Amino acid sequence: MPNPSQQPPGEVLVEARGAARSFGAVQALRGVDLQLRRGECVGLVGHNGAGKSTLVNVLCGALAPDRGALHFAGRPADSAAWSLREARRWGLRCVFQELSLCDNLTLAENMRIAQPQSAEWAWRKRAGAQLMASLDRIFPGHGLRADDVVGELPIGKRQIVEVARAFTPGAQPLELMILDEPTSSLDGQAAAQLLAYIRSFVAEGKTCVLITHKLREIFAVTDRLVVMRDGQLVQATPTAETDRERLVTAMGQAVAGDAPSSDASTARRREAGDGQAVVQVQASPRHGMALQAARGEIIGLAGLAGHGQTAMLLALQEASQHTHKHKDAMRVEGGTAFVAGDRQTDGVFTLWSIARNMTVGWLAQLRARSPLIDLTREQAHAQQWRQRLGLVTPDMSLPIGSLSGGNQQKVLFARALGSTAPVILMDDPMRGVDVGTKRDVYALIRDEARRGRTFVWYTTEFDELHHCDRVYVFSNGRVVGELAGEDISEERVVALSFEEAAA
Amino acid sequence: MTNAVLSNHRSPARRVAMLHALLPAVALALLLAAVFFKQPRAMSYFGINLLLNLAIPVMFATLAQMMILAVSDLDLSIGPFVSLVACIGATLMPTQPWLAVLALAAAVGVYALAGAVIEARQLPSIVVTLGLSFVWLGCAVLLLPTPGGTAPEWLRGAMSWRTPLLPMPIWMAIVTAVVGHLLITRSAFGTLVRGLGGNPGAIARAGWNMVRVRAGVYAIAGVFGVCAGLMLVGQATSADANIASRYTLVAIAAAILGGAEFAGGKVAPVGAVIGALTVTLAASFLTFLNIAPDWQVGMQGLILVAVLGLRAAIDLVGGKR
Repeated sequence: MPNPSQQPPGEVLVEARGAARSFGAVQALRGVDLQLRRGECVGLVGHNGAGKSTLVNVLCGALAPDRGALHFAGRPADSAAWSLREARRWGLRCVFQELSLCDNLTLAENMRIAQPQSAEWAWRKRAGAQLMASLDRIFPGHGLRADDVVGELPIGKRQIVEVARAFTPGAQPLELMILDEPTSSLDGQAAAQLLAYIRSFVAEGKTCVLITHKLREIFAVTDRLVVMRDGQLVQATPTAETDRERLVTAMGQAVAGDAPSSDASTARRREAGDGQAVVQVQASPRHGMALQAARGEIIGLAGLAGHGQTAMLLALQEASQHTHKHKDAMRVEGGTAFVAGDRQTDGVFTLWSIARNMTVGWLAQLRARSPLIDLTREQAHAQQWRQRLGLVTPDMSLPIGSLSGGNQQKVLFARALGSTAPVILMDDPMRGVDVGTKRDVYALIRDEARRGRTFVWYTTEFDELHHCDRVYVFSNGRVVGELAGEDISEERVVALSFEEAAA
Repeated sequence: MTNAVLSNHRSPARRVAMLHALLPAVALALLLAAVFFKQPRAMSYFGINLLLNLAIPVMFATLAQMMILAVSDLDLSIGPFVSLVACIGATLMPTQPWLAVLALAAAVGVYALAGAVIEARQLPSIVVTLGLSFVWLGCAVLLLPTPGGTAPEWLRGAMSWRTPLLPMPIWMAIVTAVVGHLLITRSAFGTLVRGLGGNPGAIARAGWNMVRVRAGVYAIAGVFGVCAGLMLVGQATSADANIASRYTLVAIAAAILGGAEFAGGKVAPVGAVIGALTVTLAASFLTFLNIAPDWQVGMQGLILVAVLGLRAAIDLVGGKR
């Protein structure tokens, strides 16, 4: 745990005064004053849409502020000269929430394109060696090779590569690292490795800004906390002098993470009609232990990231469509609807409107009477879900890209929940989603489960497992354990996922 | 533990990638075998020269198209551009060589400018290059209203040179494949180009000058187009404003056949060269079979569909989809 009183306050590295920026009628930043000192790790928290991304984009030169002054290491970084390129030259680097790796290139080649200086002969070997060195330093035991193609790696590994690439020293200095949701796709082990590395990074006198919705990480690693709301800084305190409750209050929300008691879940199951298994996977050497889910149950899939949970969801989806190869081993009654986690790749149709992105999952209902889509019904349904989810948008016909990440994820939930499918499969859907959205969606899931829907929920966040009635732990592609009710705890899940790995 | 999981998903992906790379070569070998079976006399220095001579300009046009495909764009003007170059070669080059060189340099400059405009104004490449194709055609008609002209002596001589050991098309294929491979697959610039095709946002964030990169890509495509046009006029000895209008689609077909994809910055220069040979050979083969030229285009299409179908089948078996 960092202790700010032991560290002498370093000199100011970055100073923003009255930074403001608007997009059309929306004031994204309303005059922000921020100081970042050398040798500190600052946590930046706030809801999606609070202005964090805009602030980061102004700092790193991607957006010019409308008003306000910016200083970097004492030098004025004014809007005309301050660009992404200039910021990089002065030692500022960012890891953005959307992955900025090229899928079609290898790790070494991705390292190369991040270094805009001239390349020497044999650059491939050197770039690969540099990247592997920082991977080894930050994430020992990562299991990656310099000639792996990024597109063939699971998303958790890609994020590891992205973070390691940003931390690789090069011809340009590295003074300030801004990490936007760096652990959203990492499993617990890799996230812990990264947090430990951040501490040693700031101990060398460098500066780090960490943006994350995982409050646990904020408290574990930051020296100072800055809370944003509605485009303004509302609180800036040393981490040691605040707590979870006060932080969440400052963000403008009651305390999150109130899990339902086990009484409630049993009551719910009774209401929904206990014992009717709608999902059944028989025990086999391929899948490990048996897995089943009854009507109205919320089933969690846990374990380290990328250990077969997503593959299980896909297999269940295939089983419900009767396209799965092993028909006897798997049975799913009724249809399934899928909530994607990697929303940029598997989720949203970027060119479509918000409404179309929602209604594309309900086509079967919308063309019940004729082969054509009933447009009035489509609109009515979309409006209904907009209200139910509290979607913040002036118009449902705007492109989906106009929404913040959390709101986009809400649209994906509406797509799945608005269908008639009795089984909902969720592939770690809360990646990079703010606390407010999460609370809304948790309530929605409980509500839908009470009405008899079954949820199969892969999650990388331990807190979410408390919303589940039962949890199956995965390791190396197989189910290795089952936990229910009071037994569901972080320790048990970790123990199970590592027991099998060691054996 | 992690290693075991990784190698599980890694090795089939590698195998699929290798089969993809082999597919164009296998298609070419099958086609060659069929030609030699039907016409054993073609299996000689002169036979191969005759059979594959027309592939030389197609190879360069394919490389030009592949450069554009690498940045996830499409060039609909390469055919008329090659025609224009051939017309310049048959009219200006023998009489006013310096003016000809200047004209070719200006044409490459326009190509680079098109790339810069496409990036700076975020225009669709298909629209810009479609417009350009009419400009090229117009210039070519102005230069050479009726078929004719004469290629310069040195160019005709170079294209009919008897290369040692192997016939010229084979040498040319080797040279273009090596140049293409070094340029696009191995060099730092080529990596940047493919990265631009795969994820333009990543390249912009890393601080590269996007306009300059895309303009460079188009300029290189223009240079390959100039090579194609000059070699074509050297072979044909005279030109026509429509001499290479087929090349636009043939080059796309050859590049895709060779393993390139329309989006995502996935290209294969060696495959593209093999693809160009295959497409040309397919036409000759159909002539050997006494199939009327009217049907040949359709048959070429069928060969293309067969190869792409095989590629999809490899993906399916490899579990990629």
